[in-house]
Amino acid sequence: MDFELTDKQKMIKNMVREFAQKEIAPVAEEIDKEEKFPHEIIKKMAPLGLLAVMVPQEYGGAGLDTISYAIVIEEISKECASTGVIASVHNSLVSWPITEFGTKAQKEKFLPILAKGEKIGAFAATEDNAGTDLGALETTAKLDGDEYVINGSKTFITSGKDAEIHIVFAITDKSAGHKGISAFIVDKEKTEGFEVGAIFEKLGIHGSVTSELIFKDMRVPKENLLGEEGDGLKIALATLDGGRLGIAAQALGIAQAALEESIEYSKNRQQFGRPISKFQAIQWKLADMATNIDAARLLLYRACHAKDQGGRFSREAAMAKLFASEAAMEAAVEGVQIHGGYGYIKEYKIERLFRDAKITEIYEGTSEAQRMVISRDILK
Amino acid sequence: MNIIVCAKQIVNVTDIRIDKKTNKPVLQGLDNKISDIDKNAVEEAIRVRDEKGGKVTIIMVGPSEATETVKELLAMGADEALLIPWDQDYDYHVVSELLIGGIKKLGDYDIILCGEASLDLFSGQIGPRVAELLDIPQITYAQEIGADDEKVVGDRNLGDSIVTVESSYPVLITVTKEINEPRLPSLMDILGAANKPIEILEADDVVSEVSSPTVETIDITGVSMDRKNIIYEEMPVGEAVSKLVESLGKEGVI
Repeated sequence: MDFELTDKQKMIKNMVREFAQKEIAPVAEEIDKEEKFPHEIIKKMAPLGLLAVMVPQEYGGAGLDTISYAIVIEEISKECASTGVIASVHNSLVSWPITEFGTKAQKEKFLPILAKGEKIGAFAATEDNAGTDLGALETTAKLDGDEYVINGSKTFITSGKDAEIHIVFAITDKSAGHKGISAFIVDKEKTEGFEVGAIFEKLGIHGSVTSELIFKDMRVPKENLLGEEGDGLKIALATLDGGRLGIAAQALGIAQAALEESIEYSKNRQQFGRPISKFQAIQWKLADMATNIDAARLLLYRACHAKDQGGRFSREAAMAKLFASEAAMEAAVEGVQIHGGYGYIKEYKIERLFRDAKITEIYEGTSEAQRMVISRDILK
Repeated sequence: MNIIVCAKQIVNVTDIRIDKKTNKPVLQGLDNKISDIDKNAVEEAIRVRDEKGGKVTIIMVGPSEATETVKELLAMGADEALLIPWDQDYDYHVVSELLIGGIKKLGDYDIILCGEASLDLFSGQIGPRVAELLDIPQITYAQEIGADDEKVVGDRNLGDSIVTVESSYPVLITVTKEINEPRLPSLMDILGAANKPIEILEADDVVSEVSSPTVETIDITGVSMDRKNIIYEEMPVGEAVSKLVESLGKEGVI
């Protein structure tokens, strides 16, 4: 057993960190303030391979391991959690299921486009009445000749407005229950009946531009069915296991940034004639933050390793996502507290981190849903 | 066009702190990296190679574990590397001799590129020493270079003026950080770097006898920045200024 990153992983960390500090950090505040989708940054990420970290090289990706992927998302999220989640969804919720469940033709058609960043990916599963309970989907897909006709709507879709390639989940056979859900690859540009609905004003991750999607007699070619009819729930659950690693990595990036901001601030902020880092009350907060972050990183790397070994890793992924997201929230809350009044104003990065952290406990499975996954596994 | 780039591994200098008790820099536990301006030299070498053909070889005299940082330069696009492990004190003359020994082993070259100086010691000596010992022309502080088949033209940044000079090959050029923006390697480049060769030659393999150091480092200490914390209580401005001037005089500041 070895707790060291490999030489390659260290180089990847350095490269992504340098990229994030140079290209993302200077515009992160503006992205947040103007609720602007970071198209320019995404364009620069593509040639570095950051949009196709685990995609096989034959389809234009880097074909890397999952720990390397987690490193990429953490380093990006340290500077901008919005860009982090856009990259996470693109890599693990769109490219991954196509790689895993797609036909050769689907892989050849969609993976290179996604790798080059020519089109951004989104994962359209959630509906008004179906979030954690995906079995309650209401969107339908009916085969009509060589096309499926899809009707319904989706909500809370990360990158919904700006993405072009959507993995859409719909019911193809209501009588089959959970086995009646199917997944489709939908290229917005080539699809009539695809509309973007409301854009949500959110507490945080403003740059990821979350929206509703409305499908009115949307016609999707039969060959865009992902897997077989009825495979939808299986695909969604397997994809979300991997997606949780991306969100855990995003949470870790937010937590690490909160810690670094707090260390820096506490060393410089003078009260009663000395830096506040000399006070035990602050030292203990920083110690707890650092310990949680280390634990979260170890849980995440273990889950990534489990994924790369093949087989199920739902429990490991749920533990990593649960712990990392709660560590992020705690680090952000304590980070603001350490900053005092300055932490409450937008001039300081910790204010954005505080708003961005909360969503990690909610999307791609709430903390409660993660506990459900973990408890089911240990009680079976 | 065969280009050799001399690179140095340094510690991340922005993370160096001074131990308050000993007043010495704490160098343990710091991350290693390639000296920043050496990356500009590598970037320029890659640019010239891509335009004129040939290959880029990195040469480094440094710690035996430096293969890790050398790989970063291979990931950027250099073709191969030679590492001469050297864990003893960094002496400009000794290191220059080792570099020359290594360069001679590498065979024919057209250009040797160096950063103008390393970010840790910033002496700027290695480039000129190597050129002198090899007895080849040198262009130092180049902020722009143009290489054609017969000659190379360099714009030297001398602070208050730019001097354009021309040289035949082979030539040694030291570059400033203004010359370019070093590229970031892609994930695919990082993977590819693992297959590029890094040759390791011991000091004894490149020179018949390692010279004695020419410089003796007696001590390295931090610059003391302690504040006096003298507080002047409220008083008329004229009186306060007089007291301040008097104090500054006593300290030898004015």
